[in-house]
Amino acid sequence: MFFNSLLTKFAALEVGQHLYWQIGNIRIHGQVFLTSWILLGALLVFISLGTKKMENDPKGLQNLLEFLWDYIRDLARTQIGEKVYRDWMPFIGTLFLFVFVSNWGGALIPWRLIKLPSGELGAPTADINTTIALALLVSLSYFYAGLSNKGWRYFEYYVHPTPIMLPFKILEDFTKPLSLSFRLFGNILADELVVGVLVFLVPLILPIPVMFLGLFTSAIQALIFATLAAYYIGEAVEEHH
Amino acid sequence: MLAFNFFGATEGGLFDINATLPLMAIQVVALTYILNSLFFKPVGNVVEKREKFVSNNIIEAKNKLSEVKKLEADLLTQLQSARTEAQRIVSEAENESDKLYKEALELANNEANVSKEKARLEIESQTSAARDQLSKQADDLSELIVNRLILEK
Repeated sequence: MFFNSLLTKFAALEVGQHLYWQIGNIRIHGQVFLTSWILLGALLVFISLGTKKMENDPKGLQNLLEFLWDYIRDLARTQIGEKVYRDWMPFIGTLFLFVFVSNWGGALIPWRLIKLPSGELGAPTADINTTIALALLVSLSYFYAGLSNKGWRYFEYYVHPTPIMLPFKILEDFTKPLSLSFRLFGNILADELVVGVLVFLVPLILPIPVMFLGLFTSAIQALIFATLAAYYIGEAVEEHH
Repeated sequence: MLAFNFFGATEGGLFDINATLPLMAIQVVALTYILNSLFFKPVGNVVEKREKFVSNNIIEAKNKLSEVKKLEADLLTQLQSARTEAQRIVSEAENESDKLYKEALELANNEANVSKEKARLEIESQTSAARDQLSKQADDLSELIVNRLILEK
């Protein structure tokens, strides 16, 4: 009996429910775009406020943005290398900021208070479409980085150091986006579900440490995603000798 | 159209992949361009300008410091050479004055010797002259005495 009621309550979390938007012939998940627009809008407002009056002696928001910029540059430089990190820094930084803002926005803002006809608002990164889109962009980026930097010599990477590596390296091209997308998706969705279930079962105090853990996980996932993307690009442009 | 469902579900589900995917990819690419022009470029310009400024200042300061050190070493060698020069001049002057003193002393000694000799000679000549005169007077007196004696007889 108890188990049954638990299941109905769990069903009330609306796992796998979406707010469908129909545009012509195609259907998209509206809740993902709604939250991403709100969060990215906030991010852009924050950034335009911080960069409005740039001075040589940074103050307030500009300081924070410069710290962020420096952090992203260090990340890109250590993973991609001195030579081409400049070209890829905006992409790596955008991935980091997008994932970070999505994760934290999903965890910090009480979206559940806004009722939708179907599905519920939450972190955009808790939708498999978003994470696969990001992961495929990373795949395209490292192929492009390798080919544009080394031309056809990029494919030497597949037989380096021995041709025995060829099947594994080809397999890697598939496992890289797969692991990237599912790691992010799984972590964020699991966090949302755990917090949701705990809030349903024990609405007081108990979910709070889990929420903090969720914030920690969210930040770590953003860092991991950006670092891995930079690492893959760095691997593609690295010169073998 | 793009919807291919997992787990046999007709609609929805956790793994419902549809047109959200490409649209989200386009959105992220657009975001990359927006953030590049709004965030990465301007902040990068400011930060790199400042880094250049700081490193230039450091290089300049280092140059100045090395210049100062060079000048200091230069001055030190100059001081050293001036000191040895002064020492040389002092010892030279000392030698000179010593020589002059010795020369003057010798000259004075010589002069003194000469005048002493002259005085001695004069004394001698005067002594002999006096003695001659004395002996002549004695002769005169003896002659007188002799003449008196002879005449009285």
